Amino acid sequence: MRGRVEKARYPVFTRRALMLGGLKAALFAALGARMYYLQVIEGDQYRMLADENRINLALLAPPRGRILDRRGVPVATNRQNFRVLIVPEQTTSVEETLDRLHRIVPVSDQTRARVLRDVRRKRRFVPISVVDNLTWEEFARINVRSPDLPGIQLDVGQTRDYPLGVYLGHTVGYVGPVSEKDLKEGDGDPLLELPGFRTGRRGLERSFEGTLRGVAGNQRVEVNAFGRVIRELSRTEGRPGSDIQLTIDARLQRIATQALRPESGGAVVMDIHNGDVLAMASTPGFDPNAFNVGIGNSEWQRLLRNSRKPLTDKTIAGRYPPGSTFKMAVALAAMEANVAGAAHRVFCNGKHVLGNHTFHCWKRWGHGWMDLNDALAQSCDVYFYDIARRVGVEKIAVMAERLGLGQTLLPELPGESAGLVPNPAWKEGAIGEAWQGGETLILGIGQGYLLATPLQLATMAARLANGERAVSPRLVFRDGPDVEAPPLGLSQDALRHVRQGMDDVVNGKRGTARAHRITREGWEMAGKTGTSQVRRITRAERESGVLKNEDIEWRSRDHALFVAFAPVDKPRYALSVVVEHGGSGSAAAAPVARAIMEATLELDPATNRKERVASNPEREG
Amino acid sequence: MSMGYRDDGPDLRLGHKLLSLNWGLVLLIAITASVGFAMLYSAAGGDVQPWAIRQIIRFGGGAFLMLVIALIDIRFWMRWAYLIYVVALVLLLAVEFVGTTGMGATRWISLGFFNLQPSEVMKIALVLALARYFHGLSLEDTGRITYLLPPLALIGMPTLLVLKQPDLGTALLLAAGGSIVLFLAGVRLWKFALALGAALAAMPIAWSQLHEYQKGRIMTFLNPESDPLGAGYHIMQSKIALGSGGISGKGFLEGTQSHLNFLPEMRTDFIFTMLAEEFGMIGGLALMGLYILILIYAYAIGFRSRHQFGRLVAVGIATTFFLYIFINVGMVTGILPVVGVPLPLISYGGTAMLTLLIGFGLILSVSIHRDVEIPRSRG
Repeated sequence: MRGRVEKARYPVFTRRALMLGGLKAALFAALGARMYYLQVIEGDQYRMLADENRINLALLAPPRGRILDRRGVPVATNRQNFRVLIVPEQTTSVEETLDRLHRIVPVSDQTRARVLRDVRRKRRFVPISVVDNLTWEEFARINVRSPDLPGIQLDVGQTRDYPLGVYLGHTVGYVGPVSEKDLKEGDGDPLLELPGFRTGRRGLERSFEGTLRGVAGNQRVEVNAFGRVIRELSRTEGRPGSDIQLTIDARLQRIATQALRPESGGAVVMDIHNGDVLAMASTPGFDPNAFNVGIGNSEWQRLLRNSRKPLTDKTIAGRYPPGSTFKMAVALAAMEANVAGAAHRVFCNGKHVLGNHTFHCWKRWGHGWMDLNDALAQSCDVYFYDIARRVGVEKIAVMAERLGLGQTLLPELPGESAGLVPNPAWKEGAIGEAWQGGETLILGIGQGYLLATPLQLATMAARLANGERAVSPRLVFRDGPDVEAPPLGLSQDALRHVRQGMDDVVNGKRGTARAHRITREGWEMAGKTGTSQVRRITRAERESGVLKNEDIEWRSRDHALFVAFAPVDKPRYALSVVVEHGGSGSAAAAPVARAIMEATLELDPATNRKERVASNPEREG
Repeated sequence: MSMGYRDDGPDLRLGHKLLSLNWGLVLLIAITASVGFAMLYSAAGGDVQPWAIRQIIRFGGGAFLMLVIALIDIRFWMRWAYLIYVVALVLLLAVEFVGTTGMGATRWISLGFFNLQPSEVMKIALVLALARYFHGLSLEDTGRITYLLPPLALIGMPTLLVLKQPDLGTALLLAAGGSIVLFLAGVRLWKFALALGAALAAMPIAWSQLHEYQKGRIMTFLNPESDPLGAGYHIMQSKIALGSGGISGKGFLEGTQSHLNFLPEMRTDFIFTMLAEEFGMIGGLALMGLYILILIYAYAIGFRSRHQFGRLVAVGIATTFFLYIFINVGMVTGILPVVGVPLPLISYGGTAMLTLLIGFGLILSVSIHRDVEIPRSRG
């Protein structure tokens, strides 16, 4: 029986086992085919995907170019930023480590909360910034104790530093994090997407962003599935940003700022031959370093709300009626038009009547007989009402523009105002009213619609002093030969009269700024005071006696202005000073101008040849 | 052996048995396991610690057990087949009550030094029990429906218990492994067709019974690219690693995807991917060649056996072995869903290694005792 059963079962088993074997062979063949498909046919594609998996491209930020002053002193540079980071996976307790760190350097509760939040969000091997901008001493202290601080990593990064701080904040500006808007409108530079990357937000940092930024390098690194960097595969160094050199003299910039303080205002010093801006001070200012470290909202609000506008660069964005400092332009227009020469005389009785309006001289009882020289030296308003009426608004406006008013002069600085040189066409367009004859008279004493920036006033003074060329301000040295400024095209005789008038303002017996003349021989300064009204003086007030500046609130007081050049005999420098609501030009602006001019001449290489030879201070290359 | 058996065949003493042991199969198993050691050495970044050394120790212990099982008379295994099955079934039941839960499924019983996975034991026990049942059945009886009910119960009980754990992969392996024995024993093909039809009809019901993660795995299998960072991640990364290996691979210890942790579970379920990345298609096919040789040996042993029990055990266990291979490689190459079946003899892990070596021990025992005569109904 066993044999019979076996005879029946064995063939069935064999047949079925072979069938099963055949099926297995087919399935093995299917697996082999699948491997062939994946590894041979699709192999290249998977190899590419594999590399995409493991290779990360990391950008290397290039060092930002420096900003140097005319002598090569850095005014914006990169400094080492000592930072403390924490790597969560290297410590058993982040909180414990932070507690220990707190015993060495203060870790605020706010910082602590931020770190603990980041620890939860990020992968455990990603270093998280705890505190930065540590002093070297703090950094060293942490370094010594690092064995007791598990997970703490010390790092030296790069951050922007502005050695001049508040003294050049407006001009240099600052850098800040890339905004959403920049990213959207961006130039496509991948650096903008780099976390923590900073671009110029204000001033030269902003306008020279392209020069200063440099070109990103990159680094190909192998990462694992968790994003941890395993090794570097290749590295391409970027190109560091280029330095830019300013015409500013950091020493003079500091002196000019200090001379303006504590008043609110602006001062610009220019070389009358090449237009170099040696100083452009605006007070009060702000410290760009504060923005770099990260300015708090309350601090920012404080800057914004301050009525003296510390965030505004008053040298280029402050618009002031130039007042009597404009009288040179009126005089030149009149002489050029041959309506009133230097010998033209006007009797000042304190007022000038036009139609049913009366225009007053600052000197209530009048100056008596005045010629041009007297009128400039004593700043007689009636004289200029007269010649302004004779020459007309159009010619005055043209002269103002030839002297540098009503236009932007430093395109490389963001935020510059063009000021305003009014004429009938402008008034028609902007206000929709016809030009009134009286407005020409007001223009004649630099009041009314006329607005100028300190930079424009310094340019005007420089052009008057130069006489030959319409020099324009220059702030940044550029490669290539200097371009000579276009000719000014004014009569030398007329200019001589105007300059003589300015000489007498300071050095004449009755000059309005005589009290603030420079007495050192060869340094004598010529200038012109200006006191521009901010408020309208009513008839009632005039009759009861014009209120003194000291008796009214700050924002209603007159602006004090002064424009000057020196030395009188062989001019080299021109300057302008505006003291906002400072009172009279002679009392508030002239002493500031004298201090700055003396410093300018003191620092002039020609004054101290020894220094010039010793340090060869001018720019290299 | 002096265990008091009635000797129906040639006298087999220990020395003879050792001589007649199928050393070729033992050598193939050892070579295959060594490939596994090498891959575990690579997975540790070129270090025998922590995985390769432990796998070697386990294999050493398992191989010793395999040889002991091989030397024990096949009739012993046949006599105790049902009891072994019952013990395995009780262990499966015990998992329900004292099992250790991991990854949403209860599969292990912790024995302190060792985590026992009863479903693994059942894979062997089921084949043994079914082989014994059909050994005692004539072909005519095999054709009768009533005689088909006990083996269906033998398959059904553990399958349902494993499904409940839940472990879909192992349940399918058990059902398939058991059905194969029925097929080999000569159960009519139309009955399989009927069962398959019933299974297909039951699928909507079964689908509703599946756990979310099981449904997710099946959906992911159907469209892995739909969710590359979620459930499809394993399959995508496995295909990338495997595909990037190309024909000749990236070289031993040079597999970037596996070493950079893009490849999940590279020591266990996805170890084949790592091998195929480092040794390419050539390496993958070579390993499959080894497997095919082992299968051919097992088949030859089955064909050579003079008793139905030995034949069913040899080819039945060999088929379970094959199912492991096919499901695992099919899974890592993305033609089957991810069901968590290890690559036999290669994947890191104790239980699967032990189960397989016990299985091979039985096949070797069949080989040694191929000429033993076993009566159909035991007296």
